[in-house]
Amino acid sequence: MSDTLQTASLEADFDRVIERHDRIEPRDWMPEKYRATLVRQVAQHAHSEIIGMQPEGNWITRAPSLRRKAILLAKVQDEAGHGLYLYSACETLGVTRAELTEKLIAGKQKYSSIFNYPTLSYADVGTIGWLVDGAAICNQVPLCRTSYGPYGRAMNRICKEESFHQRQGFELLLTMMSGTDAQRAMVQESVDRFWWPALMMFGPPDVESPNTAQSMAWRIKRDTNDDLRQKFVDMSVPQAQALGVTLPDAELRWNEERGHYDFTQPDWDEFMAVVKGSGPCNAQRIAHRKRALDEGAWVREAATAFARSQREDAS
Amino acid sequence: MTTGQKFSAGGGHGAIPLEGVSTGLGEPPQPEWPLYEIFVRGKRGLNHVHVGSLHAADDEMAVRHARDVYTRRNEGVSIWAVRADLIVASSPDEKDPLFDPAGDKVYRHPTFYDIPANVPHM
Ligand SMILES: [Fe+2]
Ligand SMILES: [Fe+2]
Repeated sequence: MSDTLQTASLEADFDRVIERHDRIEPRDWMPEKYRATLVRQVAQHAHSEIIGMQPEGNWITRAPSLRRKAILLAKVQDEAGHGLYLYSACETLGVTRAELTEKLIAGKQKYSSIFNYPTLSYADVGTIGWLVDGAAICNQVPLCRTSYGPYGRAMNRICKEESFHQRQGFELLLTMMSGTDAQRAMVQESVDRFWWPALMMFGPPDVESPNTAQSMAWRIKRDTNDDLRQKFVDMSVPQAQALGVTLPDAELRWNEERGHYDFTQPDWDEFMAVVKGSGPCNAQRIAHRKRALDEGAWVREAATAFARSQREDAS
Repeated sequence: MTTGQKFSAGGGHGAIPLEGVSTGLGEPPQPEWPLYEIFVRGKRGLNHVHVGSLHAADDEMAVRHARDVYTRRNEGVSIWAVRADLIVASSPDEKDPLFDPAGDKVYRHPTFYDIPANVPHM
């Protein structure tokens, strides 16, 4: 059989698997573009989990009680775990974690723009759990059914853990809202800052994302940016009411006809600027990641040397 | 507004660009700690089940890392860590011929046999 004929038949097999809503597994043949799209998406997702530890990690030493400190530590540790599940899923596509980390530090691969905003008050820990992990859940639940097996399985584990993240954040805010006026003001100020970046987490409007079609056809992606954003707004409004905070959008109101809330789009120019590197914390996040990598080098080298000497002793 | 760049919300924690992002495919991998596949027994009476993989310098570290990465919420009572390069697998190219012999043996299934509905416990 000629090479082109063989590729055509492999491609037909691949298409049939996708059509049946079945999963592609690591050693299956796949189109190079499918593989490249996945590497990019899963790597950038993994980077987001790892960089995402920094804004909240900022408050671990200053959490107001041992209970809150233990919760925050567990939450940040979960995010490290999420990063590891995803890096290992990505490695099944033929890349190494070291290589991906190198690309992150060199700025050749990105992470979610939300983590380029600073955490200025302790209330931000609650707001991130409620809104940022809440938005992540909207994005992630459909990904459990993504067409690439290892990615879907990693998402399954992640989704099981995210619910704790959102609930601990909401409960933290609820506690502050039943405190003093100053505490309530802190929560409102934090929600005012994070609402718009949280809406940006779903990406630009669908008319600006024509490529979505290919990812949807391959069932890598399952919903459009606008659908996910609307879902997030609809679920956040009653939560904000229960909390007693005001979402900072004067146009936010129920639309009887659509059966959804109408809302204002976030500032997409700001989004682009943050993605391009001029967000408030871009440089700081990458510098910190690089420092952690450099300062950990001797530990990895020592472990490698120890393993080698153990092997040599045994033989 | 024109962003002029393609984004996907697919990346879990948020919108990620799809263009001008290097995938790293086709470049030589650096030497790393070996890869281990991790299997966890959820509770007594169940098989160990594959849960994912990780890198570790040696066997002992693989088990410790597996505990931290895969059993933070009492997901297991026992862990197996197996060097990935020691696993023997069937080849994906041969999957049809390999599994063919089972394909036409419907008589190996209980549903192949017609038993009158009034026969109990069968
Ligand atoms: Fe996460
Ligand atoms: Fe989370």
